[in-house]
Amino acid sequence: MEKGRYGIHGGQYISETLMNELIRLEEQYEYYKKDPEFQEELNRLFRTYANRPSLLYYAENMTKDLGGAKIYIKREDLNHTGSHKINNVLGQALLAKRMGKTRLIAETGAGQHGVATATAAALFGMECEVFMGKEDTQRQALNVYRMELLGAKVHAVESGTMTLKDAVNEAMREWSTRVEDTHYCLGSVMGPHPFPMIVRDFQSVISKEARAQILEAEGKLPKAVVACVGGGSNAMGIFYNFIPDKEVALIGCEAAGKGIDTPLHAATIAKGSLGIFHGMKSYFCQDDQGQIAPVYSISAGLDYPGIGPEHAYLHDTGRAQYVPITDDEAVDAFEYLARTEGIICAIESAHAVAQVRKIAGSMSRDDSIIVCLSGRGDKDVAAIARYKGVDLHE
Amino acid sequence: MSRIKEIFNKGKAFIPFITAGDPSLDKTVDYVLAMADAGADLIEIGIPFSDPTAEGVVIQEANIRALQAGFTMEKLFETVAKIREKSDIPLIFMTYINPVFHYGYDAFFQKCQELSVDGFISPDVPYEEKAEVSEVAKKYGVDVISMVSPTSDERIAKIAAEADGFIYVVSSMGVTGVRSQFSTDLDRIVSKIRETTDTPCAIGFGISTPEQAEKMAGIADGAIVGSAIVKIVATHKDEAARPLYAYVKEMKAAVEDAG
Repeated sequence: MEKGRYGIHGGQYISETLMNELIRLEEQYEYYKKDPEFQEELNRLFRTYANRPSLLYYAENMTKDLGGAKIYIKREDLNHTGSHKINNVLGQALLAKRMGKTRLIAETGAGQHGVATATAAALFGMECEVFMGKEDTQRQALNVYRMELLGAKVHAVESGTMTLKDAVNEAMREWSTRVEDTHYCLGSVMGPHPFPMIVRDFQSVISKEARAQILEAEGKLPKAVVACVGGGSNAMGIFYNFIPDKEVALIGCEAAGKGIDTPLHAATIAKGSLGIFHGMKSYFCQDDQGQIAPVYSISAGLDYPGIGPEHAYLHDTGRAQYVPITDDEAVDAFEYLARTEGIICAIESAHAVAQVRKIAGSMSRDDSIIVCLSGRGDKDVAAIARYKGVDLHE
Repeated sequence: MSRIKEIFNKGKAFIPFITAGDPSLDKTVDYVLAMADAGADLIEIGIPFSDPTAEGVVIQEANIRALQAGFTMEKLFETVAKIREKSDIPLIFMTYINPVFHYGYDAFFQKCQELSVDGFISPDVPYEEKAEVSEVAKKYGVDVISMVSPTSDERIAKIAAEADGFIYVVSSMGVTGVRSQFSTDLDRIVSKIRETTDTPCAIGFGISTPEQAEKMAGIADGAIVGSAIVKIVATHKDEAARPLYAYVKEMKAAVEDAG
């Protein structure tokens, strides 16, 4: 495949002002990828700071309740900062530091990537500014305060739909203003090359661990691997090392919001079409004029009108399948996991749990499923209460 | 030789940009004609996009207004046809690539040819991705304009070598919008371009005053003004024809002074 391309997807559709910076980023990444010292430092941070390897937990109650395949939960929610986002951020921050950058900027939807970036900036003594849609700053107010506690400056983005895509727009604008000392720590497997590759590589630690852990526990590969997909970084991370294992089904769960037959969803594969946006060719929710459509999901982290180019390719080739999960199904799964396993997961991850509830029962008890629990749900508790009409007197 | 290159043979060029459909496509006809009458050499017509990542607030807001007013590609082509009934001024479409990709490159550039739209420029199509656009554009005789920025450095030679029409030199880092300071090494960038090609170059991003336009046209072969024009439209809404005419006339005179 052509460099930076995943089939027809990917590429570098970005302003000339940023091109040299992307080329430099790729060169530096390729260099440090092979540098044992860099890799050892990253691994040490993973072990001693981020709490890796993350557990692969056998969800016995859920398995019994659903009555089919054994369910294993990859506990990315137990990472430092509470989600998988730290994997990518530690890698990129370390790389940025090696490149001589002193300032990190990032976009964030649910706030998890922003918190992770603010954390790495604090750890490495770097400046940090996070762009977050104004609507998201309201529904994820706790994460805004966490970022500020960590010393980051949070910009509430008021353009467009005031959600994740607008935060990306604003971060790109900021980066083109100041590339000299600034690294754009992109949070998902999206954007122009080399970001989809870099983020995937740093997140692939999830499936590197999970594959070894399931072989250890079960002596064989799982039947299916399930993850939620917005831009798609936790899904790419948990899929990646299983891609050559053709017998393992890879299932990505998109946010169907109020339903894919309504305009209120963020189901890019189910309802989107081929386009070019945010630096990449991929699938996007757009109107009949090629204008990017406003999308909706209860989950701020999945509320994005596109999907990473490698996912688009896995969809085209049939290697992975993508299914829509509604708000209602996700909220049900959120409550179900809390009551069944005592785990309060992120509303994003609950989309993947919902899919497991749909398929596990009809699978053989000799088989297993891995579900990636991308994040913890503390940030969502207030929003879920609102959704259920419960007044918390916050 | 393309019509775009030809305009630079007549002297320093003044190139205004206007967002199509702001406040309405009917007004776009009037405003393009007013700017042509005032002496604009080439006019960039911006096709609005929902997420213009290279624009500052002024053009972002114009895009939103145009889309809310019901902009479509078909209506745009009807608008340009109306302009063409009265003026043969060279025109360029400027937009983000998705609306054009979605319309279909072939159908889009065929329309450009039918309407004598001479060029196309997209801020999210750099040298590396240019081929998929320029191969089709070439078929219909449309120049795809290349951009050079303050960070282009060693890329300038290869960009310039393949450039058609003119080269759009981005004056400074960041997004579009009025500014008081520009990149300090514009002279060096322009001379680097001239080492490679005789394709003319014009400087844009941030220019708003006659003094700035004269200075930029002194360094390059022309000056491009966007946000300042769009701001006039935003201020005067349906009544912007006269102020646009006056502004373009003043700016054109300033650019000529540089020649």
